[in-house]
Amino acid sequence: MYKLSSLFMAFAFAFTAQAQENAGLKLPAGFSATLFADQIGSARHIAINDKGILFAKLNYPNKAGQSIVRMEDTNGDGIAEQLSGWGNYGGTGIYVKGNQLYASSDDAVYLYQLDAKGEVVNPATPKTIIKNLHSRRQHASKSITLDLKGNIYVNIGAYSNACQEKDRSVGSKGMMPCPILDSAGGIWKFDGSKENQSYAEGKRYATGLRNVIGLDWNNSTNSLFVTQHGRDQLNTFYPTMYTDAQNAELPAETMYEVKEGDDCGWPYVYYDPFQKKKILSPEYGGDGKLEGGKNALDPLVAFPAHMAPMALLFYKGNQFPAKYKEGAFIAFHGSWNRAPLPQEGYFVAFVPFKNGKPSGEWEIFANGFAGEEKNKGPRQAKARPCGLAEGPDGSLYVSDDSKGAIFKISFNK
Amino acid sequence: MQKAQFKISFFALLFCLISSINSNAQNMQKGKKIYELKCLACHQADGGGVPNMNAPIDGASNVVGKDIARLVRIIRNGYNERVALDGFYYSNAMTASPDLKDNDIADLLTYIRNSWSNKASAVTIAQVQAVKKKK
Repeated sequence: MYKLSSLFMAFAFAFTAQAQENAGLKLPAGFSATLFADQIGSARHIAINDKGILFAKLNYPNKAGQSIVRMEDTNGDGIAEQLSGWGNYGGTGIYVKGNQLYASSDDAVYLYQLDAKGEVVNPATPKTIIKNLHSRRQHASKSITLDLKGNIYVNIGAYSNACQEKDRSVGSKGMMPCPILDSAGGIWKFDGSKENQSYAEGKRYATGLRNVIGLDWNNSTNSLFVTQHGRDQLNTFYPTMYTDAQNAELPAETMYEVKEGDDCGWPYVYYDPFQKKKILSPEYGGDGKLEGGKNALDPLVAFPAHMAPMALLFYKGNQFPAKYKEGAFIAFHGSWNRAPLPQEGYFVAFVPFKNGKPSGEWEIFANGFAGEEKNKGPRQAKARPCGLAEGPDGSLYVSDDSKGAIFKISFNK
Repeated sequence: MQKAQFKISFFALLFCLISSINSNAQNMQKGKKIYELKCLACHQADGGGVPNMNAPIDGASNVVGKDIARLVRIIRNGYNERVALDGFYYSNAMTASPDLKDNDIADLLTYIRNSWSNKASAVTIAQVQAVKKKK
């Protein structure tokens, strides 16, 4: 009896130890992970300052009524002990540049000042940098990044799936030209230091982007990179043109390098990763084969459909092995649009870069966030990767907006 | 004579019971088919919806609640507002289904009110018919 119970305990111990190893993540050899924080609220994007203080933007205020959570690991064990927060507005974007901390709601961008210790000076009285941006429920979140000159780039997602006259309705045609594009469906550029800007003061920097949540300024190319969420429901609205299996793989989620004035093609075309072509959307007369979007960019990288790229980060540090230097990490939220097939893609991917261009195939870097790789719906996922940040020591942080976990991934020298 | 009458009514009752279970199972089966065709893409195979986007059906208080008329209207007319449900918000537009007949809607509602962890009364065609159609 004693033997049995001790055997059982040993087994149970081994099982929990196993479950906790690398916070449940699957990583390449030599990497390890800790659960830096847990259950902090719906953590969307994250940013870290040079003191190693991590800030997470919550989609809704948490139980403590905070929508920006500050986290610090003071004893170096990979787990944050010092947690506090402020802010009463939900949102997605957060970005640190020197002693300035930017955070977004779904219609505005605010600026906080940090002191010499990296702590926020004016939690209750931020400056309003941008205001009155469209927030029309669908694709309302505002992601932000800054260039080296202090300009801020804001994604204004299209409040539509495919710019139909009646959104997400069978048989409804695409509007020509799509009237959404004058004020959404692209990236807008503003001055990062001027207060109270809106559409009149900003500039449409790139268009034809349905919804970009992951974007980052690449310092080595000195240009903006974005990842787009491709359109949904080809099989729902065009069942005679697309099977469930085809819908599960179409269209690709895409990465672009965008310069001022660029057009990425939405809603007129989508990118088919098998034909390697921009295909005319069925709402605009396409049949799954007709090409379109002559003046639209081709993507730099095509990822599997519907996996929802939520964050993009170019790795600048020296902690990770040389192949990761200046490459791109992409946090994928995991799909919902592959149904009835199992959902996939709850992982962080990596794309190697050389001389500012992708130099190899994308690969899965960190997996296991969902618990199981395939599931029947995103609600079942244990964690959904959403934000990325690089610490001053070169560690990579990943946030989860479903249960509110923060993972810290390091390379063990 | 009395015994025979009893026997007849007993069998009649049994027959009614069996056929009602049978028709219930048929309604559930029909409802499931409609769910797979019309609803599953967004509300998912587990009825869990998609956080922040598509409302869950499994465990949703208003799906198993008493306001059947509201559910009928949402299915018929679609839904185009940000919806608050059990402490969370959902933002995606829902497609209208004017092609669904009253008996289809009754089957579909019976199915979603009695699938996954949901347990609620079946919905009858009469309950659906009682909800006036939007002109």
